[in-house]
Amino acid sequence: MNTCTLRTDHITMEFGGLRAVSELSLEVAPGTIVGLIGPNGAGKTTVFNMITGVYKPTSGRIYFQDRDITGMKSDKITALGIARTFQNIRLFQSMSVLENVMISKHVRLQANLLEAVLGLPRYTRANHANYDECMDLLKKVQLDDVCHEAATSLPYGKQRRLEIARALATNPSLLLLDEPAAGMNPAESLELMDFVARIRSEFNITVLMIEHHMEVVMGICEKIYVLDYGETLAKGNPAEIQNDPKVIEAYLGAVDIDAEN
Amino acid sequence: MEKNKRTKNILTILTLIVVCGLLYWSENNLNNFYIRVLNLAAIFAILGLSMNLVLGFTGMFSLGHSGFMCVGAYTAAILTMSPASKELIYYMVPINPALAQIEWPIFPAIVAAGLMAALFGLLVGIPALRLRDDYLAIATLGFAEIIRIVVTNTTSITNGSLGLKNIPSINSIWLYWGAAILTLIILKRMINSSWGFAFRAIRDNEIAAEAMGVSIFKHKLISFTIGAFFAGIAGALMGFLITSVDPTMFRFLFTFQILLIVVLGGMGSLTGSVISAIVITIMMEVLRFVEQPISILGLNIPGLSGMRMVIFSVLLLMVILFYRQGLMGTKEFNWDWVLRKFNRIKAGRRGETA
Repeated sequence: MNTCTLRTDHITMEFGGLRAVSELSLEVAPGTIVGLIGPNGAGKTTVFNMITGVYKPTSGRIYFQDRDITGMKSDKITALGIARTFQNIRLFQSMSVLENVMISKHVRLQANLLEAVLGLPRYTRANHANYDECMDLLKKVQLDDVCHEAATSLPYGKQRRLEIARALATNPSLLLLDEPAAGMNPAESLELMDFVARIRSEFNITVLMIEHHMEVVMGICEKIYVLDYGETLAKGNPAEIQNDPKVIEAYLGAVDIDAEN
Repeated sequence: MEKNKRTKNILTILTLIVVCGLLYWSENNLNNFYIRVLNLAAIFAILGLSMNLVLGFTGMFSLGHSGFMCVGAYTAAILTMSPASKELIYYMVPINPALAQIEWPIFPAIVAAGLMAALFGLLVGIPALRLRDDYLAIATLGFAEIIRIVVTNTTSITNGSLGLKNIPSINSIWLYWGAAILTLIILKRMINSSWGFAFRAIRDNEIAAEAMGVSIFKHKLISFTIGAFFAGIAGALMGFLITSVDPTMFRFLFTFQILLIVVLGGMGSLTGSVISAIVITIMMEVLRFVEQPISILGLNIPGLSGMRMVIFSVLLLMVILFYRQGLMGTKEFNWDWVLRKFNRIKAGRRGETA
């Protein structure tokens, strides 16, 4: 079997009688940026929730680096190396920017609670190392100047970037971005596109993203999957997708008409 | 920055010395009644702190505190009572022979009480912490009541509804306040550690915390168990303070009192809990007069017991309606804040003279 970073084998998710995702087979090769698009309610976020262990697929298996992760707990999956952001920003509102990122390091902390309370050297050392790593990371995403500010006081674009930074702090090999450009103007989304491309090479990660902004998806994704009502409508590179009649009918066609108006 | 840190350390040490001085003065100059009230305040401070860890910092609405306190109180009492008084008290059903001869010193008994309560916390937490919000509140409330009823019925161990008397009496202010200060320091260090941030992350956003690799169940269980541990210690101290325990002491109303302290002090503020524990315990005593018959301008008001709780309920309502974050909100009394204020006042003075 070839080593895909992520492979889903006919995963299906049913909520009662509703089939949110049907027989989806994704293949995400290492180091690529893969897009997952589709109209509202197509089941994209459900796919993310299945991959990250929020939902257990009704049927089908999910493999991460050839390891079966179907039905594992979210925190275990994160520890294995899958990190995600959320469609609606979910920052820890009572904490500063730095503290938000530090949380991601907690899982890898090599010291126990007693050592932390007593302030023993193993904890202090580990904590200092985490602090340095996080500051370094914040510098890379240009949030170091606001590191002590309350996370929710940041402007929207920076909150989005902080969410990505927080996910990166878990040292993932696969990053799932759920509509990172939502609510951004064209200039901001272009900036985000560069940002995603940059972190991909800088952190040596694979990216799977859900996105509505076509210019973002077509601009940076090497492979695109199109979902509609849970069914996989098409897959291929941006050029193939743009010329696929089914996609044009279900999705891009509507966008084009909007654009003409 | 470095200098600031040193100033803060010096201020902390100075405060500790001042507190110790105050305690020393209290011990030598106050009468027994006042010392008792102060000791009770220390116990409530420990209870408030431990409930704040669970409710304020980890965001678990648990109402089982009185149950864990009950476990701690009984454990410490049984471990420290003399064999002679045990024989005297267990006259309905003789005490379990395994426990009859035990007579431990105070400190190991207090620790054992905490550990026993923590064990119960763990056992209750494993099923209950799968629930959230109001459901968790109801479940933990139920467990606390179960603990109380089990205690009432295991007569050969707990002497049932007769309760325990002749528990060694300790009136030293150092024991109670020492325990309270130690609890404050331990919890403060915990809250500021990586674990504390994990707890707060769970409170802020459970889904995001889990996605960042924080194991929700494990951390909730840790927080809940530690909360139970300190509740157990407070229970043990309660036994030593009033020298008797019986199951009716640990009704739901008791948990409500702790909840009142936490809400008034500010959910998510340790120092707030301590301040509000002191204020409420003292108010409890000061307001005793409202339960006595009073005559105002020839109008005779008969004494109603429970009137104090009415006042506290009104107070709680007012806080929730108009001042939701409580006395301190999620802020802590810390030196940064004091130094900032101090500098501002200094700057203001300079401005005036210029």
